[in-house]
Amino acid sequence: MLNNINPTKIFFIINRLQKYILILFLVVLVIGLLEALVFSPEDYKQSDSVRIMYVHVPAAWISLGIFSIISILSFVILIFKNKNFSLITKSLAPSGFVFNIIALVTGSIWGKPTWGTWWAWDARITSMLLLAVFYLMFILSWRIIDQNDKAIKVSSIIAILGLINVPIIKFSVDWWSTLHQPSSVNLLEETTIHSSMLLPLSLMTAAFALFSVLIFLMKYNTELIKIKNKGLDRL
Amino acid sequence: MYGKKVKLRALFILLIFLSVVLTSFLIFKSLEENVVYFKSPTEVKNLAELENKKIRVGGMVKKNSIKTNDLEISFIITDFQNELIVSFKGSVPNLFEEGKGVVAEGFLEDRNYLKATKILAKHDENYMPPEVEEALKENN
Repeated sequence: MLNNINPTKIFFIINRLQKYILILFLVVLVIGLLEALVFSPEDYKQSDSVRIMYVHVPAAWISLGIFSIISILSFVILIFKNKNFSLITKSLAPSGFVFNIIALVTGSIWGKPTWGTWWAWDARITSMLLLAVFYLMFILSWRIIDQNDKAIKVSSIIAILGLINVPIIKFSVDWWSTLHQPSSVNLLEETTIHSSMLLPLSLMTAAFALFSVLIFLMKYNTELIKIKNKGLDRL
Repeated sequence: MYGKKVKLRALFILLIFLSVVLTSFLIFKSLEENVVYFKSPTEVKNLAELENKKIRVGGMVKKNSIKTNDLEISFIITDFQNELIVSFKGSVPNLFEEGKGVVAEGFLEDRNYLKATKILAKHDENYMPPEVEEALKENN
């Protein structure tokens, strides 16, 4: 059923969508950056270094979210042999990987002035590094393996195995003693970030999400063009 | 609705996934000791034997326990049940403060005394502007 969606139709829709998402992304990003860097107050304890959080936390959320989507779609790919979904996971991975690296680097930059160290091998940071390794393996599996069918299988298996790491990242700060602080934004419990700081955090998260969608659509577009060039009218 | 092959494939992938989940759970369970970044003073008290290995102890810096002289700084780490004295030569991070979280890395002299080689400040999950913190203090 899903295999029969006409790529040409998707192609036109995507081309039209991209423009609007780009405009929306730029607007949200500008407002978000102004809130994060200018209008939001400094923190009572860490003063201005709190502003790193407005990049660090959204980047970490987005990279986790994208990996979860890739993993869940990978189940579908393996079970139903859905080739369209494998194009989607392939196109999602790069932005997830980049946000994962951004989260690690900004965390390190924040860690030096606050904790007093660039890096700590605690459960949260190590599991986040492991996520980057899974992303890298996923992306490389497409590059290394020439046979398309085989690449689909291997990359899906990597994504499914990496899914085990996702709850470990999320709950590492609750299960073990870590240098990394527990989460401040909670759905079930009280959120421990003041509302004036929650606003730039939400805006930046929205901006990063829109950016991921944009990059995803561009990558997906490229994949569809590749298929068209092969002279296939369906996947 | 779906063919037998699809159902079997789903079962097969699910079983593999579950067994890997279970395996990693057991591995993490047995590695618990090494996954934790630091021990609490209570855990140090209950250590079976003191090894001459680098160890990390974390907790709160006890109020009014920080003493400094020209050469070194000493303070008490507490988990509100047990305490541990720490001495350290060198500079501490900006966020090191009494009543706040800290992780000290170093060597245990005995169950109550740690000679630290590195001090890390632990940040908690609270973020707020200075005015809000003052208002909170006044209310308490």
